Amino acid sequence: MLASERDQLKSEIIKMAKKHDHHRSGLIPVLQHVQNVSRHISPEAMQDIAEAFKIHPVEVHGVVSFYSFLSTEKKGKFVVRLCRTITCDMAGNEAVGNQLENELGIEFGETTSDGMFTLEFTNCLGMCDQGPAMLVNDDIHTKVTPEKVADIIDGYKNRFGAHVTTGEHS
Amino acid sequence: MTKSANKLVIFSDIDVEKALKNAVKKPRPDIISELRESALKGRGGAGFPTSVKWNLAASAQGERKFVICNADEGEPGTFKDRVLLTDYAEQLIAGMILSGYVVGAKEGIIYLRAEYTYLKHDLEATIEKMRGKKLLGKNAAGKEGFEFDVHIHMGSGAYICGEETALIESLEGHRGEPRNRPPFPVTVGYLGCPTSVNNVETFITALHVVEKGAKWFKTFGTEKSTGTKLFSVSGDCEKPGVYELPMGITIQKLLETVDGTGAKAVQVGGASGICVPAKDFEKALAFEGVATGGSIIVFGQHRDMLEVAINFMEFFCEESCGQCTPCRLGTETLLEGLDLLSEGKCSLKYLRELTSLGETMQVSSKCGLGQSAPNAFLSIIENFKSEIFDTRCSCR
Repeated sequence: MLASERDQLKSEIIKMAKKHDHHRSGLIPVLQHVQNVSRHISPEAMQDIAEAFKIHPVEVHGVVSFYSFLSTEKKGKFVVRLCRTITCDMAGNEAVGNQLENELGIEFGETTSDGMFTLEFTNCLGMCDQGPAMLVNDDIHTKVTPEKVADIIDGYKNRFGAHVTTGEHS
Repeated sequence: MTKSANKLVIFSDIDVEKALKNAVKKPRPDIISELRESALKGRGGAGFPTSVKWNLAASAQGERKFVICNADEGEPGTFKDRVLLTDYAEQLIAGMILSGYVVGAKEGIIYLRAEYTYLKHDLEATIEKMRGKKLLGKNAAGKEGFEFDVHIHMGSGAYICGEETALIESLEGHRGEPRNRPPFPVTVGYLGCPTSVNNVETFITALHVVEKGAKWFKTFGTEKSTGTKLFSVSGDCEKPGVYELPMGITIQKLLETVDGTGAKAVQVGGASGICVPAKDFEKALAFEGVATGGSIIVFGQHRDMLEVAINFMEFFCEESCGQCTPCRLGTETLLEGLDLLSEGKCSLKYLRELTSLGETMQVSSKCGLGQSAPNAFLSIIENFKSEIFDTRCSCR
C-alpha cells in the first residue's frame, strides 16, 4: 500500500468515525467501507480504525475475523459466493461449483492471479425456491446452471472499468 | 414471486397510510390489549407473544428506546422476509412506526443481512417516500408530538446475528456473540436502552391486527396459534415459493398445496428445526404442534437423509460463534460422528453417546443456536437410523 493511499483511506476512516461520534456502533459501517474500497482490511487499516475509535487494534481484528463479509486477506474485485445450503445442493450446486472452478481456473477459497475473482461458498442466500443461487458482489443470480456460469463471469469481466486499477486503494 | 393465491392476513389488502393514522389515534393501552386479544406470537420462530414484548418495552424506564426490525433472515430454507422486504416494505415500516408509537421509541433500525444488500436501495427509497408523506419524522403519521424515524444497518454475514442479543452486539460494533439473558433487550437492549426486536413478518402482521381487529385475526388458525403464517417452501415439490396458510395446517395439507406429496420427509424450521418423517405428516404446523419460523424443505424418496444431516451440521460448525463450549465443540463432534456414519464406521454405542451429547447441547448451550443445532441430527438419527445403517458399510 502506497503511503498516500494509506493516508487517503485514513482520512476517510477519521471522517466516518467522526460522523458516528467516535462511538463503537460506527465500527462495522467503517469496516464495511474499508472492505469495499480496498477489498480487505489490512493491519495498517485496522490500526488506523482502532485509533479513530480509541480501542485496541485487537478489538478491531476480533470483529473483522468474526464476520464472513469482512476479511484480512485481499479479495478479488468480484467475489463469487455460491450457496451451499441443502436446497441449493439438491438443485445441483455441485455442478455449478465445478464449472465455476473450471471457468476461473481456481478452487474455492482462492483468488484469480489477476485479482479479478474470488470464489467462495456461502450459507443460505434466501433463494431456496430458485436454486442454485449465487452472489457476485451484491448481485444475486438464481437458477444458475453450469452452462450459464461462463456468461455470468464474462458479464463481469467485460463490465466497463472492470480492469481499471487507479482510484482504488490497493 | 409469491405463489400463494390466498390473501388471508399478511397478503390481504390494506391502506397502509390510513391504517397507520387510525392506529396512532388510539391510546397505547388499547393497541396492546388488541394485540393481547389477538394472541399474536412472534413470527421469527421463537413465538414470544408480541403484546407482552411491546408492553414490557413500553413500561421499561428509559429516555431513549429503540425498535429494531430483525431482517437477518439466515435460517436455511427461509426466504419469506426477502419477499416481504421486496414487495411489502411500506407495510413493514408502518408496522415499525406503530411499534415505535406503542413502545415510546423515536428510533427504528432495520438490521438487514449482508446477503440482501441488493434490497437496500429500494428499501431506502421507501423510507424516503414515507418521510415525504410525513409518516416518518416529527409528528409522525399525523400524531402530534410523536417523532419516529428509521434507518438501515447492514449486517456483515453471520447467521448468529439473527439471535436478538447477538444482533444488538453487532449493532454496537462487537462480534455477534449472544448475551446472557436476563436482562432482556426490552429492558437493557441496544446501547443499554429498552429495545424491542421483532421479525419482519411480525411487524406487518401487527399492523393488520390493529387495523382489522383481533376477532378477525382469530378467525384464522387454532386456539393456541392464532392467525396465519408465511411458509417458505423449497426442495422436492412442484410449486416452491412463499405461502400464507392458516396456523395449524397439517404437513400433509401443506404438501398437497405445493404439489409435494409422496415426500419421504420434511424439514420444518430449517437447519435448527426438526426432520419430520412421512408417518408424522398429520402433525400440525403450530406452536402446540411442530413450531416453525416458516422454513419448509421437502425431501423426496430418493434423498439420502445422512447427507442432509451432514449439510446441516457443517452449517452449524461454521456458524457457531464459538463463545460457549457445548456448541463450539459439540457441533464439531457431531459432524465427525456423521462422517463416521457415512463411512460405515460408527458403532451403535458411540452413536448413543453422540445422541446423549446432542441432548446435552440442547440444555447447556448459551443461546438458541447451540440449543437447536443438534435438532436435525437427533431427529434424522431417530427416524432414519435403519436407512443409514443399511446403506453404509465400511467393508465395501
